[in-house]
Amino acid sequence: MELILIFLSAALVNNFVLAYFLGICPFVGVSNKLSSAVPMGLATTFVMVITAIVTWLIYHLILVPYEVEYLQYVSFILVIASLVQFVEMFVRKVSQPLYRALGIFLPLITTNCSILGLALFMVLKEYSFVEGIFYGVGAGAGFTLAITAMAGIREELELADVPKSFRGAPITMVVAGLLALAFMGFAGMITV
Amino acid sequence: MKKQLTLFNEYKKGIWDQNPVFKMLLGLCPVLAVTVSAMNGIAMALATTFVLTFSSFIISLIRKLVPTQVRIASYILIIATFVTVVDLVMRAQFPALSKELGPYIPLIVVNCLILGRQEAFSSKNNPLRSVVDALGMGTGFLIALASLGGIREILGSRTLLGLQVLPDMFEPWLVMILPAGAFLTLGVMLGFLNYLTLRNKRKTDEAQLAHHPELPIIDTSIRQG
Repeated sequence: MELILIFLSAALVNNFVLAYFLGICPFVGVSNKLSSAVPMGLATTFVMVITAIVTWLIYHLILVPYEVEYLQYVSFILVIASLVQFVEMFVRKVSQPLYRALGIFLPLITTNCSILGLALFMVLKEYSFVEGIFYGVGAGAGFTLAITAMAGIREELELADVPKSFRGAPITMVVAGLLALAFMGFAGMITV
Repeated sequence: MKKQLTLFNEYKKGIWDQNPVFKMLLGLCPVLAVTVSAMNGIAMALATTFVLTFSSFIISLIRKLVPTQVRIASYILIIATFVTVVDLVMRAQFPALSKELGPYIPLIVVNCLILGRQEAFSSKNNPLRSVVDALGMGTGFLIALASLGGIREILGSRTLLGLQVLPDMFEPWLVMILPAGAFLTLGVMLGFLNYLTLRNKRKTDEAQLAHHPELPIIDTSIRQG
């Protein structure tokens, strides 16, 4: 039960994009079309889960026993960057169709703050290993949900008559604001 | 052709022409997350400027030593080191502020503004120019964060930098201090700035027409051809 709550809380109530403002760059940059938003969301979820596993192990098996917690930023980002590289190589070897679908998005994920954010929040919240995995899955699902909803709205927005000075980034921000307002409806539903 | 800008112009371009937030939409995560009050925004911008300036300096010193294949990884390592420095100093000197900004200080590591400047500028220019560029970008970032934080603080909690500026009869807009308020304020600000830019552009176009009446003639000849 606890695990399901962690999942729902990360996906809906404390949505990474709309409540914590993590991963805004891909959220704004890749949400033009549904066909690119969905793979981006899935790729991010995938990397998030692996990151949750690996950073938990590093933090609890290396950094804490040797009392070098202050190295966490340096080690986390290094691990994430090399992890993304490995995932890219692995996917390319194993499944060509999957690589074509995710390929271009994988390098972008390194500088996606939601990944490092996930690792840092996990340390702050002192999650156990299994809780961390659920947290990663939930955060990824929340990201996918937000970016997909955004892409859907922006596809409709193409047809709308937006004032000239609001076209592009400004209207995207306003739409994101309204989306965040809608997600406020989940607030207080679950407290973890 | 691209000219070498003077040092002052190198500084100035970050403030308006290439303002990281308003014009290039870089590093938006901290912009939106910490600007609940002007003070938080200023602290965040100063921390970012510190990291940006020092990493720009170091990276432009070693720009000829680093092989291109591993440059991103080495840049990130240098940036992460300075972020650790900032984080430790803030925790020791300003514990309250550090607590409020929470994980957004370590997240400076993945701020696209910093990596973007290293990639676009420091890896190609000498240390002096890189530092000036970093300071300019930092100032632009500071202006953006302080104004966004100021607007949200005034409308959301009636205060500016902790001092009350609006009378008690003004009902605070709760939405401004919520996440949604950050997106809405930034969206409206970007729209307003676009409007100003478009209006200025139209004015200079009209002024040009007045000075060079031959221009429209060229225009029509192209259309006929």
